[in-house]
Amino acid sequence: MAEFLVAAAAFLLITVAAGLVRILQGPTAADRMMAAQLLGTGGIAVVLLLAAAAERPAAVDVALVLALLAAFAAVAFVKGATSSGSGDPELPEDDRG
Amino acid sequence: MRLALDLFTVLAVSAGAFFFLAGTVGLLRFPDVLTRLHALTKADNLGLGLIVLGLLPRAEGPLAALKLLAVWLFALLAAATVAQLVARVALRRNGRSPGGSAAG
Repeated sequence: MAEFLVAAAAFLLITVAAGLVRILQGPTAADRMMAAQLLGTGGIAVVLLLAAAAERPAAVDVALVLALLAAFAAVAFVKGATSSGSGDPELPEDDRG
Repeated sequence: MRLALDLFTVLAVSAGAFFFLAGTVGLLRFPDVLTRLHALTKADNLGLGLIVLGLLPRAEGPLAALKLLAVWLFALLAAATVAQLVARVALRRNGRSPGGSAAG
């Protein structure tokens, strides 16, 4: 059973690695951010699988923190993408704070 | 009973891995920024959800199972919010063409 979980985790890692190709060829910054989001979610899944395989419940907290960091990375990207750093891309360019 | 649970775990985890693969293939193959985002976010959350579902019977106690669900719920909320924000940035960058293919 644990072998199957580790095999599934390895498969997920390969899938995420294939997803990283989008970072190389991604035309827009949004594509690259999506690949980073995939890395985050894939990483969470791998950590959860390995936590179950190795019977280490503490690793679930690692996955929780990784979920948090993936969210913050994307929010940082959005805030960086808007010139005023307000993070609200909907604001029209001219009257930004 | 034990065998049934293991079988359930194997099926759910492999289904989750399949959806991850679908999300990644969608991310690589789709022509447009927004379609990629759609494929990625949907498949990811479903993939992660199925994997968490598969790991639930293996969790030690109800508390550990609850924590697994919490991880998935948080990843779900984070991914949904992030998808909206990234989509708005993508729209913003490529001009107001929500319908047309973004000139990414």
